[in-house]
Amino acid sequence: MPGNRGERPAPAFLGMPVAPRGVGHLRGAEPFPAAARKALANTQLRRNLAKATSTIRAKRAAVVAELPDWEDLRAAGQAIKAEAIAHLGRYLEQLEEQVTAHGGTVHWARDAIEANRVIVDLVRGTGATEAVKVKSIVTDEIGLNDALAAAGITARETDLAELIVQLGHDRPSHILVPAIHRNRAEIRDIFRREMAGADPGLSDTPAALTAAARAYLRRRFLSARVGISGANFAVAETGTLCVVESEGNGRMCLTLPDTLITVMGIEKVIPRWADLGVFMQLLPRSSTGERMNPYTTMWTGVAPGDGPREFHLVLLDNGRTAALADPAGRQALHCIRCSACLNVCPVYERTGGHAYGSVYPGPIGAVLSPQLTGIEDNASLPYASSLCGACYDACPVKIDIPSLLVHLRARHVEAAGRRSAAAPTRWVPGAEAITMAAAAWVMGSPARLAAAQRASRAARVPARLGRARHDRIRRLPPPLSAWTAARDAPLPPAMTFREWWQRGHVVQPGAERESP
Amino acid sequence: MTARDEVLARVRAALGGTEPGSMTGTGQIARSYRTGLKLGTPALLGLLTERLRDYGCTVRRTTQDQLQGAVAAALSERGARRVVVPPGLGVPGLSPPGIEIVADDGLSPAALDGFDGVITGAAIAIAETGTIILDGSAGQGRRALTLIPDYHLCLLAASQVVALVPEAIARLRPGRPLTWISGPSATSDIELDRVEGVHGPRTLEVILIEPAGAA
Repeated sequence: MPGNRGERPAPAFLGMPVAPRGVGHLRGAEPFPAAARKALANTQLRRNLAKATSTIRAKRAAVVAELPDWEDLRAAGQAIKAEAIAHLGRYLEQLEEQVTAHGGTVHWARDAIEANRVIVDLVRGTGATEAVKVKSIVTDEIGLNDALAAAGITARETDLAELIVQLGHDRPSHILVPAIHRNRAEIRDIFRREMAGADPGLSDTPAALTAAARAYLRRRFLSARVGISGANFAVAETGTLCVVESEGNGRMCLTLPDTLITVMGIEKVIPRWADLGVFMQLLPRSSTGERMNPYTTMWTGVAPGDGPREFHLVLLDNGRTAALADPAGRQALHCIRCSACLNVCPVYERTGGHAYGSVYPGPIGAVLSPQLTGIEDNASLPYASSLCGACYDACPVKIDIPSLLVHLRARHVEAAGRRSAAAPTRWVPGAEAITMAAAAWVMGSPARLAAAQRASRAARVPARLGRARHDRIRRLPPPLSAWTAARDAPLPPAMTFREWWQRGHVVQPGAERESP
Repeated sequence: MTARDEVLARVRAALGGTEPGSMTGTGQIARSYRTGLKLGTPALLGLLTERLRDYGCTVRRTTQDQLQGAVAAALSERGARRVVVPPGLGVPGLSPPGIEIVADDGLSPAALDGFDGVITGAAIAIAETGTIILDGSAGQGRRALTLIPDYHLCLLAASQVVALVPEAIARLRPGRPLTWISGPSATSDIELDRVEGVHGPRTLEVILIEPAGAA
């Protein structure tokens, strides 16, 4: 799907431009089902993912359960993000004013191309030919490393996982643990092959590999002149930027170079200093499942005698205002990039991040990426979900991802309907569109849902006719075949949960009851 | 139109022309989460100690009049020979035998790399999360100081300990360069196996200074 560099797809909503094609990493080379099929065939990947996601899920559950006010924090986080987005223009202006007042310089970028140009010019201005980077998804979103390389500047990734990805000429597969698709033997081989000065006898224990990365990067940190980072939060009230990390590579990049360039999406601004009291609890517990991450750096402009002498903040749109223009869709901009929704998602757990094509994978990626690129460029993503709702429960700022997925499916169908019938798109099964609209209606009423579930038992008929195996229906008859082209359908149960529940419990007078 | 004006115009158009109403005040966010916790000093220090140890930190508890000895003991157990300290570190008469103490006067990163460790104070600590926060004021040093040496010995007074994150936020000065430290650096990037000590000090040790008579 990637087109010519800089080519602009049709504006998404109210004429807001979306992220340009041909630059950065928001679009995959193939639709989700095709990519997922390949990922599912990779048993190493599936094993690593299952271990990673189950480990983080357990850690997260334990530290979330420790806090008696977790739900209050989630509610506050949601309200703060909603407020920040509702007054985004004013908070951005306030942030700019505060950063400038404290000695920083603020730059604005309409899209990835402009952001890359601003950053390349800033690095060139220092005369440096190398920059150290702390993990930042937004710089991956805009393809910054490619832009720097084209300008003769080496961008050195310093997060261990990002270093593994970079040395392996690879793509990140998870927001939090980007090299989760690699095992220790593969990582040792990458280090031996790609890391200048690596010990040929390097062992594959995580401790030895980590020590090798420490030694390799240390010289580069100590001599770095330019650091590049993203930001977790930016406080409008005070102009304070915040980077949350574990390894200390962030502190190195944010502290040692003379010049620091920070790129952030415009949605990362939060109104007040006090709001950090909420997010510094929500983020670490949701993300790595820790009470607090090992290191957080907060800085405000430039501090004389401490850290960089020059600070540049680049505020990036790149399709965010297109998401903002959709009153329902804009909720996706509340995301604080914790990755909790990835770890609880049954689809993500099996396919991993690469299948999503975008740097934003998993449930949140499925609702964010199509809005940033325009829905036609990531049309399969809103369907990459079983709508089980686990992501909503895990989200620290209560983004209703399942409803957003359904909303975007509907938007996709509308957009396709507007295009000419002569150019039907690959991803618009008409029956599916109708099904989605119908599902919303059916689920809106308990009586309608009960009726629908009874009706669905009719689908057991094809099973008896030999078309289903192991309780899966691989192919439904048209028009529902469009749905099963991308997924198997479970065989409807002989009795629904609702029916079972009613039988096992006292039935209220007047409540419906069906004889077996 | 500049990029700035265009992005802001897009934001306002996306939100429906003008942004609704006036800026929402703090009062309108339901802050029903805990903003303070009534814990006596022993319980507070006990919680902090437990949480720090959870991260693999060594915690020593002492009183002001025993501080010098506690610092000397920590350094000697570590085997540190050359240690850097920030200006304003308030440990009177600190000169442990056989250990060279050097005051930072803007040493280069390479020079800092030559030290066995660093001793600093802190601005505040959060008991519930086992977090120490440095704000770069006297006795805490610039950020590079606590980043490059491989061993960080942090001196913390009982009065600097709060229970919860929002209490710390309320007491911090936002304009300062802040470093939040919760245990030594760590990574789980290789097969989710936790490895402690990536960049930054691989060993963090805390000396908690309790009110006299409480220890």
